[in-house]
Amino acid sequence: MTHLALKNISKQFGDFVAVRDFNLDVKKGEFVSFLGPSGCGKTTTLRMIAGFEIPSSGMISIEGIDITDKAPNQRNVGMVFQSYALFPNMTVAQNIGFGLQVRKEKESDIKDRVKEMLSIIHMEEKANSYPYQLSGGQMQRVALARALAIRPEVLLLDEPLSALDAKIRVSLRAEIRSIQQKLGITAIYVTHDQEEALSLSDRIVVMNVGEMEQVGTPFETYNFPKTRFVANFVGSLNTADAEVLDPASGLLSVDGARFSSSDIKGHKKGDKVKIAIRPERFSFLSEEKKENIVDCTIENITFLGSVVRIRVKIGNTKFDMDTFNRPSLELPKVGEKSQIACSRKAVLVLDE
Amino acid sequence: MAQATKSNGPRTAASWKVWLGVAPFFLFAVLFLLMPSFRLLTASFSTPEGSFTFDNILQLFTEPLIVNSYILSIQISAVTALGGGIFGFLLAYSVTVGGLPKPLRSVLITFSGVASNFAGVPLAFAFVATLGRQGFITAILKDVFNLNVYDAGFNLYGFAGLSLVYMYFQFPLMVLIMAPALDGLKREWREAAENLGANTTQYWLKVAMPVLLPSILGAMILLFGNAFGAYATAYALTGGRLGLVTIQIGAQIRGDVLYNPGLGYAMAVGMVFIMAISLGGYSWLQAKTERWLK
Repeated sequence: MTHLALKNISKQFGDFVAVRDFNLDVKKGEFVSFLGPSGCGKTTTLRMIAGFEIPSSGMISIEGIDITDKAPNQRNVGMVFQSYALFPNMTVAQNIGFGLQVRKEKESDIKDRVKEMLSIIHMEEKANSYPYQLSGGQMQRVALARALAIRPEVLLLDEPLSALDAKIRVSLRAEIRSIQQKLGITAIYVTHDQEEALSLSDRIVVMNVGEMEQVGTPFETYNFPKTRFVANFVGSLNTADAEVLDPASGLLSVDGARFSSSDIKGHKKGDKVKIAIRPERFSFLSEEKKENIVDCTIENITFLGSVVRIRVKIGNTKFDMDTFNRPSLELPKVGEKSQIACSRKAVLVLDE
Repeated sequence: MAQATKSNGPRTAASWKVWLGVAPFFLFAVLFLLMPSFRLLTASFSTPEGSFTFDNILQLFTEPLIVNSYILSIQISAVTALGGGIFGFLLAYSVTVGGLPKPLRSVLITFSGVASNFAGVPLAFAFVATLGRQGFITAILKDVFNLNVYDAGFNLYGFAGLSLVYMYFQFPLMVLIMAPALDGLKREWREAAENLGANTTQYWLKVAMPVLLPSILGAMILLFGNAFGAYATAYALTGGRLGLVTIQIGAQIRGDVLYNPGLGYAMAVGMVFIMAISLGGYSWLQAKTERWLK
């Protein structure tokens, strides 16, 4: 059952098209992330759902009711802002109760709801503190509680973690997901951080220059990117120009090296295509027998903590290969000749 | 021990350099704040002959002419602070969050910078030339609209007239102080309020005004102090007919009719006291706003 529906939404600012023909159905309780680079239209779409921007065309509905032209204060949509947007003149409790107060709910109900929200965000002892007395992570938790206190139909989160440091970001995103699941609230989350989107979402909408590139689960989005943009944007990726040698067997040539792909539908011999291979899909030949075995030269080795990234040269094309960093790992030396391999399934042929 | 003695040398040199940087401030404070204040204070306890007396200070509270001059100065300062404050705030609002075109903002801010410093004889003359008995606006009102403002009770040389003249430098000062404060209202606060169900009035009453109030009150206190200390404009316009504190002090020190410098100094001490309270209030309110907004 669709809870939030966006039908053919477009938004133009003068001649600039910020969002083009955006269609999305979100189920009740679903967590959907809009992922994309700056200027891709993700925040504009979110702001259209909140009512801060009016779509140039299209329709937005919640539970089948058209809210496209409703004022922001008539939509019952909660929003968490990147900059927290807590009211500086109010205490934590007053901030959380603000939405209920302006809706003229009973004082006793407001008190109970504020208490419940404070307990959900584990900040009971900070009820009387002012925003300037809180850390960034605490402020964002208060902002979340404030948005949830009004029992919104949809919760919108506009890059809520981007102003926080890395450790707090990780713990708070787990908290956001846990609260969202506990309350069963529909959530739309805007981020440019692929890790956040992959770890939080039921579905990810990858956006680029105002258009949806791909909609899918984190698993689908990461493992089966449909476009070159998605493949590049979500995770690290090697891309290379290739020529189709034999469509039937999936044989391709990259700078003379032969790769075989199981993803070559619709192409004929001699077609120029773009292939993509995730760095972690490569391995040294000695580790496991693979289908695509290619000669390479080791160009560079970088330690990234739990992962070692090895740059190799196949013909004139450079590829990155990731392997887990373990004490028993025997790495070749820079400049050495070696062989690496990957499965047929790892070689993706991208749509442009 | 030897090491400690050695390290003292460079540390002392470094601390001297630090003090050198703040020396101009202390020089200014001593020459233009502490020494004049000390002179005022000691002179206010002196007779014209130079002997010690409490009379000057006592007269501040007992002499009707002096008490009335303080009341008049406080009244005119309060009225112009309130009027200039409200008008200046509305103007600042219109060029910041009110949505007036950006070029108008630059024009208004530049004008305010100039007008807030336009006082004294030139300002008095400008008003005499426009709203004096023979001023051209008075004439236009009389000839075109058949309205004689002086017959209607207006008098440029009285309380209302002087208040109007003061307003000319008061509201630009308010604009200069309030425009940055209004810019400091975050768009997200308004959006968050709307998102939570608030209408425009609720947003202004519960969020924007409480956030701005310390700045508004602080700016009005500054306006009060600005008017309280004004002398040349009032003297040039009214010629001493309105007995403001500053004019009374001038009369006591200059000594055309009255001459009691000690009393003049005592009145100045009273002014310093009132100004100190004003500035203290302003600083307290500013600190409150800065704490909220940090």
